[in-house]
Amino acid sequence: MRVQQLTKQYDGKTVVDAVSFEIPKGKVLSLIGPNGAGKSTVMGIISRLIARDAGLVDFGGKDIARWKSRELAKKLAILTQSNNIQMKLTVRELVTFGRFPYSGGRTTPEDEQLIDQAIAYMELEGFEDRFIDELSGGQRQRALIAMVIAQDTEYVLLDEPTNNLDIYHATNMMRTVRRLCDELGKTVILVLHEINYAAFYSDYICAFVDGRIAKFGTVAEVMTRETLSSIYKVDFEILEIEGKPLSIYY
Amino acid sequence: MRPEFAISNLKEETSIAKYKLTAALAVLLLVLSGVSLFVGVIDLDLHSLFGGDAEQMKVFLVSRLPRLLAILCTGVGMSVAGLIMQQLCMNKFVSPTTGATISSAQFGILLALLFMPQSTLWSRAVFAFATAVLGTWVFVWFIQRIQFKDAVMVPLVGIMFGNVIGGVTNYLAYKYEMTQALSSWLVGHFSVVLAGNYELVWLALPLVALAFVFANHFNIVGMGKDFSQNLGVPYQLVLFMGLSIAAMITASVVVVVGSISYIGLIVPNIIAMFKGDKIRGTLVDTALFGALFVLVCDMLARVVIAPYELPIELIVGIIGSVLFIGLLLYRLKHGRKAVRLGPAHSGGCAGAVSAQERGATG
Repeated sequence: MRVQQLTKQYDGKTVVDAVSFEIPKGKVLSLIGPNGAGKSTVMGIISRLIARDAGLVDFGGKDIARWKSRELAKKLAILTQSNNIQMKLTVRELVTFGRFPYSGGRTTPEDEQLIDQAIAYMELEGFEDRFIDELSGGQRQRALIAMVIAQDTEYVLLDEPTNNLDIYHATNMMRTVRRLCDELGKTVILVLHEINYAAFYSDYICAFVDGRIAKFGTVAEVMTRETLSSIYKVDFEILEIEGKPLSIYY
Repeated sequence: MRPEFAISNLKEETSIAKYKLTAALAVLLLVLSGVSLFVGVIDLDLHSLFGGDAEQMKVFLVSRLPRLLAILCTGVGMSVAGLIMQQLCMNKFVSPTTGATISSAQFGILLALLFMPQSTLWSRAVFAFATAVLGTWVFVWFIQRIQFKDAVMVPLVGIMFGNVIGGVTNYLAYKYEMTQALSSWLVGHFSVVLAGNYELVWLALPLVALAFVFANHFNIVGMGKDFSQNLGVPYQLVLFMGLSIAAMITASVVVVVGSISYIGLIVPNIIAMFKGDKIRGTLVDTALFGALFVLVCDMLARVVIAPYELPIELIVGIIGSVLFIGLLLYRLKHGRKAVRLGPAHSGGCAGAVSAQERGATG
């Protein structure tokens, strides 16, 4: 998957400005940057949720806009914060929607098996028949991830998956992201606010400032004092924990 | 292997429990339908009916049976129309009444009366279809634009919008001396339902069947735009198709029996409390309960001041408004107020910013 010269404007203001990068396959890539840097917009464009003004999103040799919606849904899944979780659906019903691109409303025994596996993978067996609006934030997030697993896509895009979660659930979410990549071989792209989660759990980081890429590279390449200071305009200190760079800002 | 067995066993048990409500509703509806056939000014009895009494048979076939069928279609249609609208708009208070659909249909009927005084039921229906669909679209377009913070605002705006349309309808009716002709559609009643003049309401049934076919699509669209796109469901198309189905069901009921409010609001809500929001799982119960609700109200309307009868809209209005207030209080107390989840729900500032970043996409 390759992004070329992406541009997006809102009311004459350029939010994304000629952004180009290539998404490394089978890795975790985090998009970071200050508020308004355009990272969520880039994510939206990559996942065809947001229309772009110019540029190209090459997905499997074909521009993303030329994919049939349903075919794309088998290759690429996206979770954003704007899902209506007020709905009184059971966990299993929600996860079953993940099979919708494949079999519409009628699930096959194979679908059911994949749904069972997805539920088991996210350790939701006990909650299958509970309504999602009765679950805690962390459980709900897990149910949504289970749906994405059932969707069985090569690419998984998560827009601020740790948002609104406490430290325990956020950390578990990031561990799950790692497992999606390491165990299930998925390419995961995240928008994150918390730099240290990005540093600890991703392979690559793409840092945005003012709609442009400030730095794209491996975690070690991006997590330097100079880079982070220039991106966030505050002082940084980089420590090493478990062989990974972690940042302290003040 | 053992735990799996336990799970499947549990599933079976819950699935039996799931069908209990449906079965109970179906049986109750069947019994009351039978009873309702024998409620009326002219006493019918089984014996002479099937003993070949031509007069009794005529009453049965021309009046009683059509009336029952019209009631059932109305109940099924209005409640399913409400269910679809609530799901698509992600708001539990949207319905044909609170979504301006009924008043739009009435406006269409007035237009038909004005421009085609000789119009048949069918041509009036065409007008009502067009205006009901249009009115509902405009309303939904409007609430999508505004994005109310509080879910309760949506039905209030809908009621206001409906009243504006109703006001125009009334003005035109006064101006062209149509008030009397129009009154029959303003207050719903079954008293003039006779064989030959009500069959249009059957249209509600194939439309309900269509809604069942697309139930999963409606559910997915109800989860939001991003959610639908993720699953490859065309959001706008399904939204407008679903709203059109709901509006056409409503219009076919309004053209035949007039305005029946609250059914589309209350019935889906009560069923959802017990069975959740998965349309495939609740549509049948919603339809049955809707039919039952209208049937009971109609029997009350016929019995209260017998041998005269009240318009059903009056009974439905009284029972419905009480239930509606109860529902409002329940929803407010149980905090399912937010129109959309995410930023507005838990107030995360990062979420709010990301919504801002994405600008006018909502």
